[in-house]
Amino acid sequence: MARRTPVPRIVLTSVVAWTVGLVIFFPILWMLLTSFKTELAAFSASPSFLFFHWTTENYVAVWTRSNYLEYAWNSVVISLGSTLVALAIAVPAAWSMAFSPTRRTRGILMWMLSTKMLPPVGVLVPIYLLYRDAGLLDTQLGLVIVLCLSNLPIMVWLLFNYFKDIPRDILEAARMDGATIGKEIVYILAPMAVPGIASALLLNVILAWNEAFWSLNLTSSHAAPLTAFIASYASPEGLFWAKLSAASTMAIAPILVLGWFCQKQLVRGLTFGAVK
Amino acid sequence: MGRITLEGVTKSFDDTKVIHGADLEIEDGKFVVFVGPSGCGKTTLLRLIAGLEDVSGGRILIDGKDVTRLAPAKRGLSMVFQSYALYPHMSVRRNIAFGLKMARMPKSEIERRVAHAAGILNLTDYLDRRPGQLSGGQRQRVAIGRAIVREPKGFLFDEPLSNLDAALRVQMRLEVTRLQKQLKTTAVYVTHDQVEAMTMADEIVVLQAGRIEQVGTPLELYERPANVFVAGFIGSPRMNLFEGPVAKRNGATTLGVRPEHLRVQPGDAVVADGCEAWGGTVIQAEHLGSDTFVYVDVPGIGTLDARCTGELRVQVGDTVTLLPDMHQLHRFDAQQLAMA
Amino acid sequence: MATQQTQKLARILIAPSIILLLLWMIVPLAMTAWFSALNYNLLNSVTSFAGLGNYRYFLSNPAFLSSLLNTLVLVGSVLAISAFFGVLIALLLDQVIVGRRVVRLMLIAPFFVMPTVSALIWKNLLMNPVSGLLAWLWRLFGLTPVDWFTQVPMLSIILIVAWQWLPFAVLILLTALQSLDQEQQEAALMDGAGAFDRFFHLTLPHLARPLSIVILIETIFLLTVFAEIYVTTGGGPGVETTNLAYLIYSQALLQYDVGAASAGGLIAVVLANIAAIFLMRIVGKNLET
Repeated sequence: MARRTPVPRIVLTSVVAWTVGLVIFFPILWMLLTSFKTELAAFSASPSFLFFHWTTENYVAVWTRSNYLEYAWNSVVISLGSTLVALAIAVPAAWSMAFSPTRRTRGILMWMLSTKMLPPVGVLVPIYLLYRDAGLLDTQLGLVIVLCLSNLPIMVWLLFNYFKDIPRDILEAARMDGATIGKEIVYILAPMAVPGIASALLLNVILAWNEAFWSLNLTSSHAAPLTAFIASYASPEGLFWAKLSAASTMAIAPILVLGWFCQKQLVRGLTFGAVK
Repeated sequence: MGRITLEGVTKSFDDTKVIHGADLEIEDGKFVVFVGPSGCGKTTLLRLIAGLEDVSGGRILIDGKDVTRLAPAKRGLSMVFQSYALYPHMSVRRNIAFGLKMARMPKSEIERRVAHAAGILNLTDYLDRRPGQLSGGQRQRVAIGRAIVREPKGFLFDEPLSNLDAALRVQMRLEVTRLQKQLKTTAVYVTHDQVEAMTMADEIVVLQAGRIEQVGTPLELYERPANVFVAGFIGSPRMNLFEGPVAKRNGATTLGVRPEHLRVQPGDAVVADGCEAWGGTVIQAEHLGSDTFVYVDVPGIGTLDARCTGELRVQVGDTVTLLPDMHQLHRFDAQQLAMA
Repeated sequence: MATQQTQKLARILIAPSIILLLLWMIVPLAMTAWFSALNYNLLNSVTSFAGLGNYRYFLSNPAFLSSLLNTLVLVGSVLAISAFFGVLIALLLDQVIVGRRVVRLMLIAPFFVMPTVSALIWKNLLMNPVSGLLAWLWRLFGLTPVDWFTQVPMLSIILIVAWQWLPFAVLILLTALQSLDQEQQEAALMDGAGAFDRFFHLTLPHLARPLSIVILIETIFLLTVFAEIYVTTGGGPGVETTNLAYLIYSQALLQYDVGAASAGGLIAVVLANIAAIFLMRIVGKNLET
């Protein structure tokens, strides 16, 4: 807008926006605060917001009680691994859909997305049995496979929407220049689609990091990621809310920081072609 | 060498036939322009030659070798796209070098060729810029540079000047022609602009609705259009074409006369034997100084355009007589074909 | 790009995705279908053929219908909340705001929180009837604290899930808003269109596509909500918060009845497909090109 927004209006909208922002962010903030309280203060019926006895004892307790680093490492390996494998499979598929579409392309895409709508619990038992027989239970590889497949449709869709807007001429020029399909993808398409690929990567890492169902049901100790770590604090044995908060903070901190840092990249490609 | 031969090339998309059996011989070193209205199949034909589309039937030969089933890059042709299709994430240098890199040419040779091409195209100072930082004309040059470094057997141009403004277009027109003459490389150039075709081509191929209507030098097409379509398409302003008693009188179904072959005489005129003279009323006159365009409503014929060199003092409503140059009348038969 | 060579290559390149997803779908589904025809209980070593018995059992279970209803209520409410408030908040954030970046960071944060954690925070720190912050807030205004998961269990679940998905809607809608054609807005302004007219005739139609995307993506995830229920109510009280996913889970892993759970799984798959078809019909129009 070329016109200046009047100051009172800026003040008003700012106040409203900050209020909304704070309300929505509050549960996370409250979790963070609680994680620094003593258990007694955490359970107090009259909460204190800032003026309490700050302590890091909860973090120490969580750290000593469970092997946080192992869970975190599993989370990193599983979410990154499943994402990279999915990317390797999805990029060629999206290329194919975007630049050599057929009458069935749309149908295939919708079918792919519909596989994502099936409740995983419907196939839990067979997957569990298959995994047991294949020795994939409680392994990083096992989770990488499941999460890769379950997020593949979203990945293909995201990339397809991004690729679609890349001018065909440029790929054809590369072809005239003698690039094979592989080189065309690596040298031309991928660099041009960096924002789309980056946001697909980010979204997938986030989804995989936060995935609970398969992580809880297919792992027990060796390959258990942070979702399982936090679930071990879920059982209501005693009231360890401060420790629960500390553990929760530790579980979400890496991905929250990553998400905040890469917010721009995430948003830029996360439009699923919604923004023309 | 770069002799391109089309033998009965056809192309269908699904059930729609867009190229109906094209036969064409493009001599080595010639600048050939495909021209026609939009949707005539000229770009499709170019893409068939490039190998970006499959032919549905017929053969394409380059230097006598059948390349019909060959991948685009293996045909030894390079193409300049309408949108330029530069790689936006690469510098000008890497854009130009990409094809050579794909061909696994030694680094030193790549550098030499890029420097040479940049020199020819005045791009030396811009080699490290990205396409986004260049003007339209410069981008156009990069696209051409990318095409020439590979020293191809032929250049394919797909309406390369249509995104430039008028002044730049004229300048690039000259540059492209000059460059082609200098390199002596066969060029196939697609355009819908008949002025471009007339000024650039050694040979023009006129297409309409997927058929080749006529092939010839610009002057051949101007002087001896093979049919009504070519007659109307080539030449600016358009040839006057009309049917009716006057055409019949001259032994044709359709009679054509170019505006520049009509002399405008104010008032009535004395008619010599065996000559035509058409009286009418001026309905519009455009005075450009160098030329005067007069639109005359002639009873029994319709509106005729006449182009007179210099200034002609006529006004709307004036009665004038149009005197056609009898040697420049174009007669077409009922099949719309030119009569001998 | 239509040479047969490229087309063939394109088919080859898309094949891994299709084959993997087909396997991923068909193999477990076939096994599920097989199990569903068996009397197969993990506590009972004897397995026998059951025919359609498991289906009859699962479908006649009164929990089935209520779980279906619960699923619809959950998905519908969360969609409504995130679409409505998503548009409102996106419009708000599109204004000139002091410290917009920080507000954006705060708003987007819940999307990064894993469902188990968000469920635990809400359950213990906020919705606990004694020490939860909401209870304190209620008392502050002289009200009796609500025992969320007992008195309004479904609403509680909806709140938690909506909190997680609202940021996603805001994010996409805001990006769409920022791509709105300024000249179009100005032209409307010249035409004398008021703020409301501009919103309903220009902004809202512009948001149709992003809204469809939000609905599509969220539905995909909302149909299979599990962790939030698992952590908070365990489907209860009774079956009040049991959605289809959770019902099958409880059938299989709490009652060890693989046969019935498999029958339920297949039914869920069929229903999900019906939902998918509906969704694609409704939303698909907006996704064209």
